[in-house]
Amino acid sequence: MLVYLGKRLVYTIPIVIGVSVVCFGLVHIAPGDPLVSVLPPDASEELKQQMMRAYGFDRPYYEQFFLWCVRALQGDLGTSIATGRSVSSEVFRAVKNTLLLSFVATLIGFFFGLLFGFVAGYFRNSPIDKIASILSVIGVSVPHYWLGMVLVIIFSVQLNWLPPTGAGPGGSADWQPDWAHFRHLILPAVTMSVIPMGIVARTIRALVADILSQDFVPALRAKGLSELGIFGHVVKNAAPTALAVMGLQLGYLLGGSILIETVFSWPGTGFLLNAAIFQRDLPLLQGTILVLALFFVLLNLIVDVIQTAIDPRIQRS
Amino acid sequence: MTSVASLLPQDPAKTVAPIERSPGYWSGVGKRFNKDKLAIAAGILVLLLVLMAVFAPLIAPMDPYAGRTIRRLRPVGTEGFPLGTDELGRDMLSRLIYGARYSLMMGVTPVLMAFGVGSLIGIVAGYVGGKTNTVMMRTIDVFYAFPSVLLAVALSGALGAGIQNALVSLTIVFIPPIARVAEAVTTQVRNRDYVEAARASGANALTIIRVHVLGNVLGPIFVYATGLISVSMILASGLSFLGLGVRPPEPEWGLMLNTLRTAIYNQPLVAALPGVMIFITSISFNVLADGLRNAMDVKV
Repeated sequence: MLVYLGKRLVYTIPIVIGVSVVCFGLVHIAPGDPLVSVLPPDASEELKQQMMRAYGFDRPYYEQFFLWCVRALQGDLGTSIATGRSVSSEVFRAVKNTLLLSFVATLIGFFFGLLFGFVAGYFRNSPIDKIASILSVIGVSVPHYWLGMVLVIIFSVQLNWLPPTGAGPGGSADWQPDWAHFRHLILPAVTMSVIPMGIVARTIRALVADILSQDFVPALRAKGLSELGIFGHVVKNAAPTALAVMGLQLGYLLGGSILIETVFSWPGTGFLLNAAIFQRDLPLLQGTILVLALFFVLLNLIVDVIQTAIDPRIQRS
Repeated sequence: MTSVASLLPQDPAKTVAPIERSPGYWSGVGKRFNKDKLAIAAGILVLLLVLMAVFAPLIAPMDPYAGRTIRRLRPVGTEGFPLGTDELGRDMLSRLIYGARYSLMMGVTPVLMAFGVGSLIGIVAGYVGGKTNTVMMRTIDVFYAFPSVLLAVALSGALGAGIQNALVSLTIVFIPPIARVAEAVTTQVRNRDYVEAARASGANALTIIRVHVLGNVLGPIFVYATGLISVSMILASGLSFLGLGVRPPEPEWGLMLNTLRTAIYNQPLVAALPGVMIFITSISFNVLADGLRNAMDVKV
């Protein structure tokens, strides 16, 4: 186990470095001057040079990259060009909201995904299976940003039950565990949960059907184990894969929240990214993407380790 | 005692059974696909959408760009505007028909390009193996370490809005998964006996890849890639929805969804229409890809 853990950690290092290189490179594949959004169009050449030096854009790339990495390790992701505030504090504030939203969405999606997946896998080719399969295909095919709009139309515009935008009353960006804030969470979280629901249901259905077709199931039945007991065995066999899918989905939602956050004006990382892109605030763009991508790498690592810990079959191979 | 000659068949033409060709792989695929009613329906729908895109100028009742402020946001079922008008008074039906051109192009092109590049990377890495494989696949892994939406938004955000940049970003997003599948399939085929036999009889690498590898790996890779089209459709329209893809006044479903967002209060039905089109297209591609996967018996 420890050897595996060590190997897995060593394997993660080049990925982290690669991800950093890509994030760093984002600023440099961008066309035009990175300072274009701060400087007035008629800025003098001297002022331009001065700003270039201040932001460090005048140094060679490898030096910039090295400096950027050292600072990032110290928690300093640079200064937002548009607001002048520190990128790390902006990202930190936004990431909390995105984490909350993705986490709740993963839980909802996972609950229904597991339910549909298990039922469909157990009663293969029954009408229930057909319905569950249709629901999961819809889940993976629906453009979620559109679904968000439709839910807003139904529950906010027509029925006036839930607020259409924001994370709290009066544009509050700091989430509180009270009913007023919770109401704001419902629509975006439900919209977001549709993606993992479809994928989880599909995976679990195939998995459960596969487990049930293995030889040990008739053997258990033959020795007189109750259906509930057999169900326990199925759950135990399905758990590692289910867990892996859940971890990956949480990661995908964290990184992919931008569309839903735009629809619901949710003050998270997606909202931040949107602002960064349209104000051409490259340090903010770079920092946000680095944090989200590293989160994803970390989640992958955790999922792998937990999966190995609970599934003895993986260790052996 | 019978002579040896009498044991031999008298007339070979009469006694030897005619050689029956066993039904090939593709006829089996066709048979299985024909049984899958849902996949056929999805295929027909995709075909109709493509036809709609190609013949948009002939089908569309009005000019999709011509708007009039006096007829803004008419509801569905208005005389002369069966699906209403948008926020600038343009005919929704015509815009949805023309939108198929942009949305299909934006959804399918990245997968096709990624299919080409990703297969090339994966097949070379899988066939050559060793250190080359390690270097190539670890590089691919770096891009695979980004959630797909994030990578697409990051790249097109940095490159700037526009159709070309969105296509480039989406292609880069789909290369890693395709390359990984291509590499896995190629590595499997490479270790088969017939490849070893070809190598032993002196065939060079290019010949082996062309004759023995390509035919066996392209099918699975292709099936996997078709499964990505629906994701690509949603992502591409999503980029336009964010303002990163197709730009106004072009009719593209994602972009239309965005510009109609403010209309959800007065014309909710009209505002939701472009999303219905994205949904129909994406679900058709998804069901079609599932049907293909089952018919071709591919597990990737």
